[in-house]
Amino acid sequence: MKKPKINIGVTGLNAIDSPGPGIAVIRGLREAESFDVKIIGFAYESMEPGIYMHDLIDKTYQIPYPSAGTDVLLSRLSYIQEKENLDVIIPNFDAELYSFMKLEDKLRQMGIHMFLPTISQFEERHKVNLSDFGKKYDIDVPLGKAIYDSSEIFALQQEFEFPLMIKGKWYDAYIAYNMEQARTYFNKISAKWGLPVVLQRFVHGTEYNVTGLGDGNGNTIAAVPMRKQFITDKGKAWAGISIDDKKLLAITDKFVSATKWRGAFELEMMKSSDNTYYLMEINPRIPAWVYLAVGVGQNIPEALTNLAMGHQVEPFREYEVGKLFIRYSYDMIVDRSEFEKISIKGEL
Amino acid sequence: MKINENLAISESGFLFNPSTGESFTVNPIGAEILELMREGKTEAEISESIIRSYEVDSKTLQKDLHDFSEVLRHHQLLDQYEETKN
Repeated sequence: MKKPKINIGVTGLNAIDSPGPGIAVIRGLREAESFDVKIIGFAYESMEPGIYMHDLIDKTYQIPYPSAGTDVLLSRLSYIQEKENLDVIIPNFDAELYSFMKLEDKLRQMGIHMFLPTISQFEERHKVNLSDFGKKYDIDVPLGKAIYDSSEIFALQQEFEFPLMIKGKWYDAYIAYNMEQARTYFNKISAKWGLPVVLQRFVHGTEYNVTGLGDGNGNTIAAVPMRKQFITDKGKAWAGISIDDKKLLAITDKFVSATKWRGAFELEMMKSSDNTYYLMEINPRIPAWVYLAVGVGQNIPEALTNLAMGHQVEPFREYEVGKLFIRYSYDMIVDRSEFEKISIKGEL
Repeated sequence: MKINENLAISESGFLFNPSTGESFTVNPIGAEILELMREGKTEAEISESIIRSYEVDSKTLQKDLHDFSEVLRHHQLLDQYEETKN
């Protein structure tokens, strides 16, 4: 039987040392069993490697940064829609999600489907609100507080103790071992990502992550836990292994059913020395290591696309345990004319 | 002393704990002891088997077996139910 062809727009093409999820998502989509795809890449910068990966991406358009506002984004997407007739968009950056969520209805009217968390889910799980989130859903989270001025750190040092984590509201996290470092990181992060900056109690332990998918009705469609095997200096997993941890899966189910989570997610967990799991962060999107989930039998990008298209999706029941992903760097040779096209015309 | 049943132990002495993602390597005697533990042998039976196969006195073996089981316990490789029972 001939598979339907779906046109899918994907962001996060920055397959760099701290990669966006786009390329992993596209690999999952290309391996989908229930449909064929035409992949339209959305890039912010002309140096995003995915733009030049023509075996994975059929055509790329530059799109405006979220700071340009939703009107500018909508206008650009309308232009792209006229040419490409998109069925689905999968946004993969935290910072752009809000704009896409705001545009969800308008895009649907244009024939473009997405499967994103609701704005209240997005806000509630935000790292700025994580402490309240933990209390509300009875999930262990480390003590955290959003601050707007570096002088607040001094007043809070009794409560938090050093070392403590200093986190940006979108990205970046540093461990501060003393007041000087805490102030320096506060300034560095607030200059880059704005206010507030989040202070979080440091938890010693081993990092585990879960990537999954909720159907919006409280059901877990997919969930694959992974232990980071090798971590870069930015704290990103360079290698990881799928594991069978019932407790992690139970926390994931609890998170999905309690919040009725809609869309993909990544739970960042820390297992302390007394075997308590702390939920450190909830990323409301597919993570860059999602290809491990695809490789062990849960094609999350495919399932998400089917949910976006309004199809019934059966929950995955199993996955292979003990499979590793190992990331690698790769140099492409690119003709100057390609770089010129994306830079001047914003399309390639 | 019972080994966690979920552990994947290969003949080469490579151990993988699927619930934590941790992996370890043990030498051939370590692998042999783990296999005996997996078969449900008691500590006395394991000692007996090792003494039969290798040149080692009982006192040294007891000490080494004790150290080995402590390492296994530290890495949470022993059966948790058995551990709580004890």
